[in-house]
Amino acid sequence: MKFGIVTFPGSNCDYDAYHAVVDALGEEAVYLWHKDHDLRGSDVIILPGGFSYGDYLRVGAIARFSPIMREVVAHAERGAPVLAICNGFQIACEAGLLPGALLRNASLRFVCEAVRLRVENTDTQFTNRYADGQLITIPIAHGDGRYTADADTLARIEGEGRIVFRYVGGPGDADEWWSPNGSMNAIAGIVSGAGNVLGMMPHPERAVDDLLGSSDGLGVFESILSRVAA
Amino acid sequence: MSRFRVAVHIVPRRGLLDPQGKAVGDALRTLGFSAVQDVHVGRHVVVEMDASDGSAAERSTREMCKKLLANPVIEDFEIASVSTL
Repeated sequence: MKFGIVTFPGSNCDYDAYHAVVDALGEEAVYLWHKDHDLRGSDVIILPGGFSYGDYLRVGAIARFSPIMREVVAHAERGAPVLAICNGFQIACEAGLLPGALLRNASLRFVCEAVRLRVENTDTQFTNRYADGQLITIPIAHGDGRYTADADTLARIEGEGRIVFRYVGGPGDADEWWSPNGSMNAIAGIVSGAGNVLGMMPHPERAVDDLLGSSDGLGVFESILSRVAA
Repeated sequence: MSRFRVAVHIVPRRGLLDPQGKAVGDALRTLGFSAVQDVHVGRHVVVEMDASDGSAAERSTREMCKKLLANPVIEDFEIASVSTL
């Protein structure tokens, strides 16, 4: 399977995504420059983390208008998978691929740490390799990760099971919603209505090797593989 | 065609948690401005553009706000002023 990783000016997790796909997953990956006009036959698109366009105006606001995004939106509208991580999540919200927006962390601090997530829905093409309610550890690194949506949107995505990952506290209080950035309902990741776009603030591509602390993120990539292969 | 300067205020939508505004408000009260009740921090954008008249310039700027300058999910905007250059 071929993964297309978009590099915007200011992206800084594109190499990590490449490493996850090629070295950990054993699949093919190509870098797509933001000025490109075609996805070079990619089956899956990754919008990686970083600070595209210096986060000018609003996080993700300028990247959304990059030439490549027209192709990415068309790819998503065809029902093909898009994995939007961190700044990629912010871009996907700005582009209208996902509802809501990511705002400055409630603490006003950049948070960079491994966090515990609960897998809330395993019936998606990004999470089918996890167990229901599984607790996983994946790092976050962001200043603008506070998921926000209006009350109707929030109720809708909750009701439709589109909240895929939620931040949870320590091992003993997995049911307690907790978030390091002030996200509504402790939301860490959501999928689109059609289920083919995943946006998440945590970095699964940085958690693909036990030697580096966790391989819990690999499941996201393996899920995509098993879904498309099936 | 004349040249206009259109100024826009963009502020966090009312009711949304605005930690930056809260932090600034706390700092102001610490400085002794005890009457301060609430502070919101937003952006001020100035667009210089050519248009047939002031209302056309304002209309066009509203479109810019809807498409790029503001995010309607989280922000409100208002045209602060339109002046000729």
